[in-house]
Amino acid sequence: MIEGQQRIPSGCAISGIFSRSGRPLGGGEVIKSISVMHDRSNGLGGGFAAYGIYPKYRKHYAFHIFFDDETAKSECERFIQSRFDVADSSAIPTRRIPEITDEPIIWRYFVKPIAEKLEFDAVDEREYVARAVLKVNRDIDGAYVFSSGRDMGVFKAVGFPEDVGRFYMLEEYEGYCFTAHGRYPTNTPGWWGGAHPFSLLEYSVVHNGEISSYDANRRTIEMYGYPCTLQTDTEVIAYIIDYLNRRKGLTFGEIATVIAAPFWQTIERMPESDRRRYEYLRNIFSSYLITGPFSILVGFDGGMMALNDRLKLRSMVAAERGDTVYVASEEAAIRVIQPDLDRVWAPAGGEGVIVTLDKGVR
Amino acid sequence: MAVKYIYPDYEVARNYDRCIVCRVCERQCANDVHEYVPNMDKMVSDDDKCVNCHRCVSLCPTRALKIVESGHRFKENKNWSARQIKEVYKQAESGGVLLSSMGNPDDYPVYFDKILINASQVTNPSIDPLREPMETRVFLGSKPQEIRRGDSGEIICDAPPHLRLGLPVMFSAMSYGSISYNAHESIARAAEQLGIFYNTGEGGLHEDFYRYGKNTIVQVASGRFGVHKGYLDAAAAIEIKMGQGAKPGIGGHLPGTKTVGDISRTRMIPEGSDAISPAPHHDIYSIEDLRQLVYSLKEATAYRKPVIVKIAAVHNVAAIASGIARSGADVISIDGFRGGTGAAPTRIRDHVGIPIELALASVDKRLRDEGIRDNVSVLAAGSIRNSADVVKAIALGADAVYIGTAVLLALGCHLCRTCNVGKCNWGIATQAPELVRRLNPNGGYKRLVNLMTAWRHEIEEMMGGMGINSIESLRGNRLMLRGVGLNEKELEILGIRHAGE
Repeated sequence: MIEGQQRIPSGCAISGIFSRSGRPLGGGEVIKSISVMHDRSNGLGGGFAAYGIYPKYRKHYAFHIFFDDETAKSECERFIQSRFDVADSSAIPTRRIPEITDEPIIWRYFVKPIAEKLEFDAVDEREYVARAVLKVNRDIDGAYVFSSGRDMGVFKAVGFPEDVGRFYMLEEYEGYCFTAHGRYPTNTPGWWGGAHPFSLLEYSVVHNGEISSYDANRRTIEMYGYPCTLQTDTEVIAYIIDYLNRRKGLTFGEIATVIAAPFWQTIERMPESDRRRYEYLRNIFSSYLITGPFSILVGFDGGMMALNDRLKLRSMVAAERGDTVYVASEEAAIRVIQPDLDRVWAPAGGEGVIVTLDKGVR
Repeated sequence: MAVKYIYPDYEVARNYDRCIVCRVCERQCANDVHEYVPNMDKMVSDDDKCVNCHRCVSLCPTRALKIVESGHRFKENKNWSARQIKEVYKQAESGGVLLSSMGNPDDYPVYFDKILINASQVTNPSIDPLREPMETRVFLGSKPQEIRRGDSGEIICDAPPHLRLGLPVMFSAMSYGSISYNAHESIARAAEQLGIFYNTGEGGLHEDFYRYGKNTIVQVASGRFGVHKGYLDAAAAIEIKMGQGAKPGIGGHLPGTKTVGDISRTRMIPEGSDAISPAPHHDIYSIEDLRQLVYSLKEATAYRKPVIVKIAAVHNVAAIASGIARSGADVISIDGFRGGTGAAPTRIRDHVGIPIELALASVDKRLRDEGIRDNVSVLAAGSIRNSADVVKAIALGADAVYIGTAVLLALGCHLCRTCNVGKCNWGIATQAPELVRRLNPNGGYKRLVNLMTAWRHEIEEMMGGMGINSIESLRGNRLMLRGVGLNEKELEILGIRHAGE
C-alpha cells in the first residue's frame, strides 16, 4: 500500500528559517533545528524546501524528479524535451548513508518552456509549467516531479529528516529560506513522493496535522484541474494555495483568511468594510476553508507564510532575531540554532505570519 | 345491502372501564368516527371512517382509546398483498385514479439508513461544541470565483445575490390551500426566528404574510397562481417549480371546494374554481426556455434575488441539473421520490422518481466533473427525517436541505396520509375554520423552533465529533461517510466507501 492508494494521516514536526535581507543561510541550520524534534517523526518521511539556491539558473524551472526505473526516466525525458528547452540535467548529488535506503533515481533538470509551444497553448508560462508537472505525475507511471519552481528546490525522502538532510548534502546549499519537515505517518512506510514538502512551481508546503475538511477541499480543487493523486492533506493544501494565489490573485494575507477563516462571531464585530470583505471571501471561497488541526509553512517566491488552523490545534512558535524569522513546531527547535532571540511568540489560530524579502533585495 | 369488499384497516379500541363518556372524541373527529348512543349511555365507533390520525387518542382524558390494526387478513399471498387486492376493489368500485397523500411509504431502500458517519480518534481531535464555536451558517447562491479589485487593490465585494441561512435547513414548499392559514403562519414565524427560509409553495402569498418576506421563498409554478410583481418583490428568493418528488411529471390540482375566500384571492382565481397546475410549464418545453424564465424573473426583480429551480429526482437528474447550472439559476433544488404531497396519484407517488441520496450524489458529482459546481448551490429534499440525514446529505454534496414532512409532524401531523380529504383533525391540511382553529400558531411556531434548535445541537455534535467546526467543510466531504450493506454500484454512485474500508 503506497501513498495515493490509501489516505494516511500523520503527525509531524516543521521548522523554517527566513532571512528578510536575503543573507545566505546554510542548509545545516535547518537540519539542526528539525533534528531536535526527532521524536515528532518516526523515520517514515523527511524533507526540505530551499529558496534562492540556484542563482545560476534563476530563470529556469528546476524539476526534481523521482524515477522508479530507467524506462520511466526515458519516457519522462521524452515528454520534457517535447515541451521544454533543457539547459542542464544531472543526478541530484547525494551521499550514500545506511539510514537512507531504497532510493529511486533522483534527477534534476533546469528547463524553460519551448517558446512556440508556449505561444501555441496560449497560457501564461507558469500555467504551462504547472500543467506539464501535473501531467507527468498523473500519466507517466514511475515518474514523479516533486519540485518544479525557479531558484528553489525540494529535497525529500523516506527517513528521519536529519538523515534526509545529510543524504542530500543540504549543508552545501545556500539560500534565503529553508523549511523542513519530519513525518509521523500512522501506517505503512511512505513512498518517497509522499514525504513533505509538497510543491508546485515555487509554492511548497510543509504541514503538521490532519485536516478534517480533506475531501471537501479535494473534490473542489480537483474541479479546477488539480488531480489529487497522493491523497495527502499537504497535496491539497499546496494546490489550494497555487489556485488562490497564482490563478485567483489572492494575496497570502487573503489566503490565510480563506483557509483559516475567522469565526463568524469575530467577523460580526469587525468594522463594516472589513466585515464585508471577510464575509465575501468566506462566502465565495467557502470550499477552501480548512478545518481540523494544522500548522503549515508555505514557501513561495521571495516569501514564507506560517499559519495555524483557526483553533490552533497544533503547536507552532515564531521568533525573530535581526532580519531572520524562525518558525517551528517547538520553541526548542528555534533556540537550538539561535538562543538569543529578539522576540518569541505563538501566532494565534488563523493568524498568518507572512515574511517577504526586503524591497530591493533582488 | 351492498357488499362491502373492504374491511377497515384499523379498529378503535375503547376501554369502557376508562371511558367517562365525555364525548371529546366525538367532537374532535372530523371523520365522524365516534358517536354517542343515548339509550345505552355509551360511545360507539364506526371503524370504516377512521384514518388513524390519533386526534381522539391524543385528547381522550382517560386514555380510554387506542387505534389498533384490525388484524383482518386476506389469505396469505406474497404477490397479491392486501394492499394490492384492496386497490383493485376500490378502482373496480370508483373507476377512478387512486389518490394518496404524503410521501411514498413503500419498502424501497432508504440509503440514509445505510450510511454511517465518521468521528475523530487520536490523530485529529474532536471539537466540543459547548466550548468552541461551531458554525452552521450557509450562503446559497452562485459563487463566481473571479476576483475584481479597485484602484487601490481592494477587493470589490460584488457577489451575486445570496440567501444567508443560520442553519442548513429550510422549510419546503407547502402552498396556502394545501395547508391552513395557521400552519402557514407557524412556519413563517419559525423561519423568521431561526434565520432561515420557508417556501410559499405554488399558492401565492397571503397578504398577512408579506411581513415575513425576508424569510420567504416565493414559488412560481406552472399554474402561476398568485404570481405578480408585489409577490416577487416581497420575497428573499424566487423558486421556479419544475417538478415535485412525490409526483414527477404531473401537475397539481386544488379542487374548487378548497378555493374559497382568502385562498381564491391569494391564488388570484375565482372562488370555487379548480386550481389546476399543468404538468409542464407551457412556456418551458426545454432548457433554453427555462433560461428565459430565470432571466425574466431576475429582470423583474432587478437581479437582487437568487433564483432557485426545483426539479424532481428522475433518472437523468444529473444531466438536467447540469443544464440548469448553466441556465442562470443560482440554486438547484432536487426533490427525491419520498417527498411529501397534499395529494398525488398513488401510482405516480409510489413508482416514479428515484431516491434523493442517489440523485444528490450523482448531481453533485456531475457538476464537479463539469467544473460548474460553484455556479450553483444544491438543495436536497424528499424525506430528510432527522439531523443525521441532514449531515449525510451535506456530506454527499448538498449545501442545505428542505424539510416538509418533519415540519408538519412538529405541528402535530400524525402521518395518517389523508390530506387529500381536507378533513385534517390537526388543523394542518384543511381549510375548515373549526379545524384550522385547532392549530395555534403561537404554539406551532415554538415547536418548529424547538425542533430546529434540537437538530442544530445534534448537527453541531456530529460535526464536532468529526473535527469539523464549520458546515462548509462538511459539504461534499464524502470521506466522512461509509456505507453498510450496499453493493459496489450503490457505493460507486454515492461516491463513498464501504464501512471497514
